[in-house]
Amino acid sequence: MLDVDKIREDFPILKRKINGYPLIYFDNAATSQKPIQVISAVTEFYEHHNANIHRAVYTLSQEASELYEKAHEEVASFINAKGIEETIFVRGTTEAINLVAYAWGLHKLRKEDEVLVTLMEHHSNIVPWENLSKIRGFRVKYARIREDGTLDYQSLEDMISKKTKLVCVSHVSNVTGVVNDVKKIAKLAHEFDALVLVDGAQSAPHMPVDVKDLSVDFFAFSGHKMLAPTGIGVLYGKRELLEKMEPFHGGGEMIREVSYDSARDRCSISWNELPWKFEAGTPNSCGGIGLMEAVRYLKNIGMDNVVSYEKELTDYAADRLKECKKVTVFGPKNPKVKCGIIPLNVEGMSSHDVALLLDSYGIMLRSGFHCAQPLHQLIGLKSSARASFYIYNTKAEIDRLITVLQEIEQA
Amino acid sequence: MSVVDNYVARIDEACGEEKDLIVIFKYDKKDEAIKKILEKAKREKTVSVMIFELTFRNTSFRVYATGKAIFRKLKGKDELRSILTELLS
Repeated sequence: MLDVDKIREDFPILKRKINGYPLIYFDNAATSQKPIQVISAVTEFYEHHNANIHRAVYTLSQEASELYEKAHEEVASFINAKGIEETIFVRGTTEAINLVAYAWGLHKLRKEDEVLVTLMEHHSNIVPWENLSKIRGFRVKYARIREDGTLDYQSLEDMISKKTKLVCVSHVSNVTGVVNDVKKIAKLAHEFDALVLVDGAQSAPHMPVDVKDLSVDFFAFSGHKMLAPTGIGVLYGKRELLEKMEPFHGGGEMIREVSYDSARDRCSISWNELPWKFEAGTPNSCGGIGLMEAVRYLKNIGMDNVVSYEKELTDYAADRLKECKKVTVFGPKNPKVKCGIIPLNVEGMSSHDVALLLDSYGIMLRSGFHCAQPLHQLIGLKSSARASFYIYNTKAEIDRLITVLQEIEQA
Repeated sequence: MSVVDNYVARIDEACGEEKDLIVIFKYDKKDEAIKKILEKAKREKTVSVMIFELTFRNTSFRVYATGKAIFRKLKGKDELRSILTELLS
């Protein structure tokens, strides 16, 4: 069981009032709030351990390096990767996907190849592939979605072929909360010798993730959506793939040796071992340490408890929203295929109207396309308002949302 | 400084097919800005004393006591700035 009152005590920002009302934060799919444990870990790092990692022999640098490496270990364990060599720290999901595009796709994809993407992807899992296809000439194909926002698995099966080199899919849609069966997709892709890249930005914070069990090749997620600071994220990759890949960025940290050959007037370069080969330059050490603390916090609660509590909240919200006559909820009706995200609109109002109205009452939720314009086009939405939940949200907050929505309806 | 820049911190073109334009007034000028707007625009409806539905020159918009406004169906920021200039002068 999850003790939400105890959890809420850990989040200083939840004591704030906005526009005279207690803050209700329902934009967790965009970013999460941070517990005092994460804030303190970051402060502690800068107050006591800050130095550049892997660069110096002095005590502070050793401490910082150990903490940063430990952060990789904790995160690897959180997703059940084999070890830190499969756990690359990046800025976030977007950078992780771009890393795969440019360190793998740029070198491996040919004109005759295809990359299969679903139409429910966040722009960050569409744009890198469209951009790269202009350089490499391969084709990007889009697996269809059904009217309720769920993935049309048949369409994906129909489109996959021996030409397909990569399948890109969200674990959880950031608009509808639809959970995709990535294990099934990975099995299918591997039958065609295609790799699978999963955008886990909306799943890693909210449910247990076991990359070995899912059998995916790449899994990307962001720290800031799971209690950690912004600017830190993770790319999981299978070791044998990462070893064969070229580096993404060049610079310090990612090299083993750069030696000048005077006869050729060139430098020859060898890469550092994993994961550092993909972490060029001075890393976001403090972000990594914040992420470690966030992972510890979530592990302490238990990801099974997180997923079941959020499901309880989502089901409760979906039920109560039926009491609002002018509110339409989008996405699948079957609660089993979705998790803590509810897209909605209010009759006669744009999504931005809804968000601004709720903001007046201290309720924060997102409006617009949520960086998933193709999905909105397909399900016939001009835009949507989106309530998304996390471990510190309560049924009382959902009740307040309903009360305000009903007030708006009557106005 | 133009009259709009005097009162407005930011204008966001919100994403979505509606192309709503969101105006964020400067925090220390928001009450003055809202007062001026309410004097010039026609008030269609008031919700909870903090949300005003208004029209001005055939443009409907909402102003929030929190210091934000949403304008719909405008051609773009230039048209919005022209309306705001009249409202805030």
